[in-house]
Amino acid sequence: MNQTILAQYLLSGLIYGSIYAVIALGFNIVYNATGIINFAQGEFVMLGGLLTHSLSSVLPLPIAILSSVTITAIVGALMEIIFIRNLGVLVKGDGGKGGVMQLTIMTIGLSILLRELALKVWGEQVQTVPFFTGNESSSLSIGGAHFSPQLLWIMGATALIFLILSVFFKYTLSGQAMRACSASRVGARLCGIRAEVMVTLSFALAAGIGAAAGAVTAPLTQTHYAIGTSLAIKGFTVAVFGGLGNSGGAVAAGFILGIIESFSIIVFPEAFKDIVSIVILLAVLLARPAGLFGSREASRLKEF
Amino acid sequence: MQVSGFKFARTAILFTMMVLSAQVFAATIKIGAIFAVTGAAAYLGAPEEKTARLFVDNLNKDGGINGTKVELIIKDSAGSAEKALSFAKQLIDENEVVAIIGPTTSGESMAIRDYCNNAKIPLISCAAAETIVEPPLPYVFKTPQKDSYVAKWAFQTMKDTGIQKLAVVASNTGFGSGGKAQLEKYAGDFGITIVLSEQYDPNATDLSSLLTKVKSSGAQALINWSIEPAQSIIAKNMKQMNLNIPLYQSHGFGNIKYVEAAGSAAEGIIFPCGRLLVADLLPDSNVQKKLLQKYNQDYKAAYSEDASTFGGHAYDALLILTTAIKNAKSTAPDKIAAAIEATKNLAGTAGIFNMSATDHNGLGMESISMLTVKNGKFALYEKK
Repeated sequence: MNQTILAQYLLSGLIYGSIYAVIALGFNIVYNATGIINFAQGEFVMLGGLLTHSLSSVLPLPIAILSSVTITAIVGALMEIIFIRNLGVLVKGDGGKGGVMQLTIMTIGLSILLRELALKVWGEQVQTVPFFTGNESSSLSIGGAHFSPQLLWIMGATALIFLILSVFFKYTLSGQAMRACSASRVGARLCGIRAEVMVTLSFALAAGIGAAAGAVTAPLTQTHYAIGTSLAIKGFTVAVFGGLGNSGGAVAAGFILGIIESFSIIVFPEAFKDIVSIVILLAVLLARPAGLFGSREASRLKEF
Repeated sequence: MQVSGFKFARTAILFTMMVLSAQVFAATIKIGAIFAVTGAAAYLGAPEEKTARLFVDNLNKDGGINGTKVELIIKDSAGSAEKALSFAKQLIDENEVVAIIGPTTSGESMAIRDYCNNAKIPLISCAAAETIVEPPLPYVFKTPQKDSYVAKWAFQTMKDTGIQKLAVVASNTGFGSGGKAQLEKYAGDFGITIVLSEQYDPNATDLSSLLTKVKSSGAQALINWSIEPAQSIIAKNMKQMNLNIPLYQSHGFGNIKYVEAAGSAAEGIIFPCGRLLVADLLPDSNVQKKLLQKYNQDYKAAYSEDASTFGGHAYDALLILTTAIKNAKSTAPDKIAAAIEATKNLAGTAGIFNMSATDHNGLGMESISMLTVKNGKFALYEKK
């Protein structure tokens, strides 16, 4: 086992890690604003990839990506307005934060709906998005280990999304209002914050981020109508691993899990990769139920 | 009086049912089809479903079988063995089909094989694994070329190009496991050592860490056995991490969409496959050429996408089945099964079918050619 090979494993881990991290970030936004685990997050990633695929044949790539992010954000907002806000009243009762479990299950239904719609629109074939720089055979090298230039784009996008989110939640009024809703829906309302609008905004934001993740990873991973489910499960795992609602934790957990998975292949067969990450997840959750970076107090305040 | 009245009623009901079923029987010949139209195996199942519809439409336009129209009842199993089994039960018990074509994948086929055989309903599988017809069950057949032929062709080409150390990767599915077993079984016969043998999640989106393991194993070539989009991902990952050894694929690669998805990284991939993909390059003397070209044209005209070998497997299944019903002059499942077993010199898309009591696939080694990818298109492989 020489250094080049080890570096190659590390690079693979970074690819997995950045994909996991950027998906986990989307879970956290909705969770922070509503307490709901949005299982349709993977479908936003799928939509972002497929829309970029279709639009990039008629528009320049950057505009295609921006448009697909916008369209997916609108889909996310509509989904919240139609299903969660209006139909959700039926299960929410008092219109407060009750019925989180029911709404979470509703997002599973919505994910199936989006998947079937995508099957009708794009068919079952695998689709790709052009590489941002170079093509599918391009390769960069660091210390003898080789990787696709797309990896830099994915890591850059993850960093950018993380930065924008941090600034948004800490320093903008909307971001602070969204956090207030998360802490106490009733309290936020009493302060004059329109909680419904904040929840819609969080879905739009999560959908947009998911779509951006889909567009930037699609050149490497390819995309098709059914890709969302497995991505959502991995993203959710990472979000829990890092501490639900903690963006920094999600990014760190994504990279930790990605790198562990990659190196686990040296010892275990590839088929055991997911088992390794699930065992680690279970171990962490047993020792620290709030996740690696989540605070115990915060997790106790949540609905479930 | 009461008893005989009841008896009369029973006889009347039975009689009506017989007349009704005879009418249904006379109206159409019901054929069941189970395909993975959606799900991870949709790349296979969808063209199969489209081909089957096209075949039956054309058949009925020409007057059906011996003047009787055919009714095709298609079920989407989404690649799930459990669903395939419940659909098989439904088709046999409720729809009363005379035979079933499909399922798409090997796992599904294995799941319903015994059920169809016990129900004495002929099953013509569109899946590749050899174990479906090995050992042969009286009512179970399959149309794709055997795994072992594909493995042997690949090994022969490797041997000819001086490869001795091989890495095997396969998807964690019935198809992948079946292929991996065949490769491990025959490698020794060609003087090839398998230095690494691994399976991966069929939904994998990146396989660079597995390929790193291949890199450090010292293999001179890599063969991937799967039907999923991972086939394109492996090709791309290899180029990106500068792993420059020949990449072989299974016959699962026979769909131009995978070449398009892999783009420039697909160049030079070698894989054993039927001749459908290179129909236009065949000499005119080839008995399959006309049939292959016609199937390609009809499919493209109907669905404005290229035909794939998978759709061809459904075409062959229906061709064998309808020819057998025609020859048997009967829709009794046991007569149909006997007629399928008696299939001789029938040119299909996969090759020339010659069935027998011991061979329920009927294709020979010559049904396969070595293909490669050249300038984004399939081409016949020629040794350099």
